[in-house]
Amino acid sequence: MSLSSTIERTVRVETKREPLPPRERLQQVFDIQDLTAAYGSKPTLKNVSMEVYENLVTAVIGPSGCGKSTFIRCLNRMNDLVPGFRQAGTIRYHGQDIAAKDVDAVAVRRTIGMVFQRPNPFPKSIRDNVAWGLKVLGMRDDLEGRIERALTQAALWDEVKDRLKASALSLSGGQQQRLCIARAIAVEPDVVLMDEPASALDPIATQAIEQLLHELKSEYSFVIVTHNMQQAARVADMTAFFSISRGAEGERWGELVEYDATEKIFTAPSDKRTEDYVTGRFG
Amino acid sequence: MSAAAPAVFRRANDRLARRRVVNHALELVAWLAAPVGVGILGLVVWSVAKRGASQLNLDLLTKPPVPFAIGTVRQGLANAFAGSLVIVGLATAMTLPVGILVAVYVNEFARRPVRNGLGLALDVLTGIPAIVIGIFVFGLVVVGRGQSGYAGAFALAVLMLPYVARATIEVLALVPDSLREASLGLGVPRWRTTVGIVLPQTIGGIVTGGVLAVARVAGETAPLLFTSSIVGNQIAWNPAHALQTVPVAIFELSEQGDPADTARAWAAAFVLLVFILVTSLGARWLANRSRRKLGRAAR
Amino acid sequence: MSTLDATGAPAHRPFAGRRGARVGDVVLPGMSGLAALVAVVLIGLIAYKVAAGSRLALSTFGLGFLSHVGWDPVHGRFGGASFLFGTAVTSVGALILATPLALAIALFLTELAPRWLRAPVTALVETLAAIPSVVIGLWGIIVLGPVLRDHVMPGLHSALGFIPLFGPAGPGPGVFTAIVVLTIMILPIVSSIARELFLGVPPELKEAALGLGTTRWEMVRGVVLPYTRGGIAAAVILGLGRAVGEAIAVAQVIGGVDNLVSWNLFAGGNTLAAKIALEFQSSTSDLETSSLFYLALILLVFSLVVNVVARSVVRRVARRQGLVLR
Repeated sequence: MSLSSTIERTVRVETKREPLPPRERLQQVFDIQDLTAAYGSKPTLKNVSMEVYENLVTAVIGPSGCGKSTFIRCLNRMNDLVPGFRQAGTIRYHGQDIAAKDVDAVAVRRTIGMVFQRPNPFPKSIRDNVAWGLKVLGMRDDLEGRIERALTQAALWDEVKDRLKASALSLSGGQQQRLCIARAIAVEPDVVLMDEPASALDPIATQAIEQLLHELKSEYSFVIVTHNMQQAARVADMTAFFSISRGAEGERWGELVEYDATEKIFTAPSDKRTEDYVTGRFG
Repeated sequence: MSAAAPAVFRRANDRLARRRVVNHALELVAWLAAPVGVGILGLVVWSVAKRGASQLNLDLLTKPPVPFAIGTVRQGLANAFAGSLVIVGLATAMTLPVGILVAVYVNEFARRPVRNGLGLALDVLTGIPAIVIGIFVFGLVVVGRGQSGYAGAFALAVLMLPYVARATIEVLALVPDSLREASLGLGVPRWRTTVGIVLPQTIGGIVTGGVLAVARVAGETAPLLFTSSIVGNQIAWNPAHALQTVPVAIFELSEQGDPADTARAWAAAFVLLVFILVTSLGARWLANRSRRKLGRAAR
Repeated sequence: MSTLDATGAPAHRPFAGRRGARVGDVVLPGMSGLAALVAVVLIGLIAYKVAAGSRLALSTFGLGFLSHVGWDPVHGRFGGASFLFGTAVTSVGALILATPLALAIALFLTELAPRWLRAPVTALVETLAAIPSVVIGLWGIIVLGPVLRDHVMPGLHSALGFIPLFGPAGPGPGVFTAIVVLTIMILPIVSSIARELFLGVPPELKEAALGLGTTRWEMVRGVVLPYTRGGIAAAVILGLGRAVGEAIAVAQVIGGVDNLVSWNLFAGGNTLAAKIALEFQSSTSDLETSSLFYLALILLVFSLVVNVVARSVVRRVARRQGLVLR
């Protein structure tokens, strides 16, 4: 029984996406070198090196505790908010090392946006959720137009266009998450990071989010953390697999094991740990 | 392009520089606010300490004031300290049983609407200004009968009541129902359960609440102004008559222009402040310790 | 088949129970219920006694008392207007000074201060609340008053004297000193409530704002402050109640000027509570005493209203949590 047929039986890979152009022709968005992170004295990530490419969906998968969330939050300096967090290594965004201390995190987050695991709309109206960021960041021209465009791109406009003044919290979970996506893309980032965006949602809402990724990746680059392998197989062009390594005294940290085109990861992984994970043998 | 915000992150009209300036300015304001707040405390405490400690001598505590005669040192304020001791002590004795009983009723016997109503009543009581309570006790007890230490103590007791009751309610609520059920399950009557099992668990909290209430009320002047302020100079202990108290003494002395009077006011203020700070900080520390002992996080 | 009866004792006790056990089950709820009743009755009693004491003044002056300026024992004509004005000016003034400072301190403690600094500073600010008002008043007379009178007030007067608030300084301390003293007294109340409110803002909302690329202040202005708006209103109202009711410290510093209604903050003045404190001993007639009771009645009504309003604001905020905040 060949390896690929085993994997195919456990993971049905959608192949309706276009094949990836060769690596040399892809534009780099992130160039991450030797990223190492720790909370206080507890190491979380070690020596992560990979490139993220433009206008693709890049998935980060792995068992819980492998540092996927920490990794993605390094990409927009959100970990700055955690006291005791330290990192080393470089994260180059179009050549600029955003991990450098003297780079302003506020500016970084403008161009590298984030959607969180649980929908967290502001307790404002639907319209104001999108409008607030635009106003603060100085994008007041054609405000209503921008709001409509963002909500349309997030596939939410038709459902809310008649009740923009209603509270955002009156929306369903899936709608709230799409609102959060609209809020994030309204300020025109280049990259949208998503930390398990559909894990708190039901399957129908999840499907809607995944559909969005397909449609929007022509305008944005997505990096999405997911614990759901099938989801990664469905939406991602490139997939990075992280796993947990253990140290001599029992410390655990995450490492990048393998990073490649999604099809390769799921049909012919190079590393045994990857193969074990994607075939469900562990994790 | 500043290193801080490389060009790749900049957009037109993002006014990033200005927004950052605004942010820094307001952060500075907030950073300055805290020292202002703490600084005021420091200023007041330091003033009192500097001016009061230097005037402090044993005479202040042990000798009564003598009538003013030119060239005579005023001696002490022993009558005020004695009177405060008696009145605050009496007030505590009046308030503790009532406060504890109110808390017992609220927590053990009352149904929800009554409980909410009593909570509201306690809140209202907390909000009544001390001077209004003073005038109330004046109208109730002093009119016709004259001032007395009892009247003063009663006024203070009314002030203390909501604090004692509130603290006891909180600490009663922390006692787990399983304890009550265990006792009732043995056939122990309800009242015995409450008095013998539940209340002993709360002693620490009640003591803390009582100490905090004492600290709160030891410096109260307004209720005593009408109930126990017309006093002589001798040291007196009998609450049937009006007794001098430390806060009233400070109040009266502070209105006089004579520096000797002011000096005694500072000294008395110093003693009062030390007492209050030690008791409230001490009670706070006790509370933290017993909370840790019970191993429970505060509600 | 043992069930518990209404008092929690087993209903069917085959073994001999002592009578005392049953009596106790009546006595304890009875006594504690009585105590609870006392607490409630106390409020009614206070209201009754204060109202009764003011009956003479009420019948003599009616509501005109509230608009009449002047306190004239010689002619027996008393009015509360100057004290109402003084109370309003000092309390509102104290709120204007204290609220931004308290919010700034609370924001500092929740957003900016390093972890190790938070607990000590919090404790210090709250200790300010423990200082008795008579001590603050003493400090106000001896230390603060002269500094304000000799340096701050003339300075403000020469710089901003065209505003009627900053008129020529009077001889003693005055309304301005009272405002500063009251600010000090209500600062810890507003600041500690605000601090708890800010701590209660869900971190995911703050992250959502920061994730868009806003600065910390923009996040506070757009998320934290709107979220806590109702609670802050309640805190401010409670601070107002405290300022209005403060008799002693204000009495010590305000200068006791009765017959004046003036916008000049640097002159003397008087407030409802301070007047009662200052005058009570030297009240010359029953009418005067009754008028003082009238002042106390106004204070009482006001403090009851403040309490009820603050509570209902808190209740409405709790209910509205999760609906639109503008």
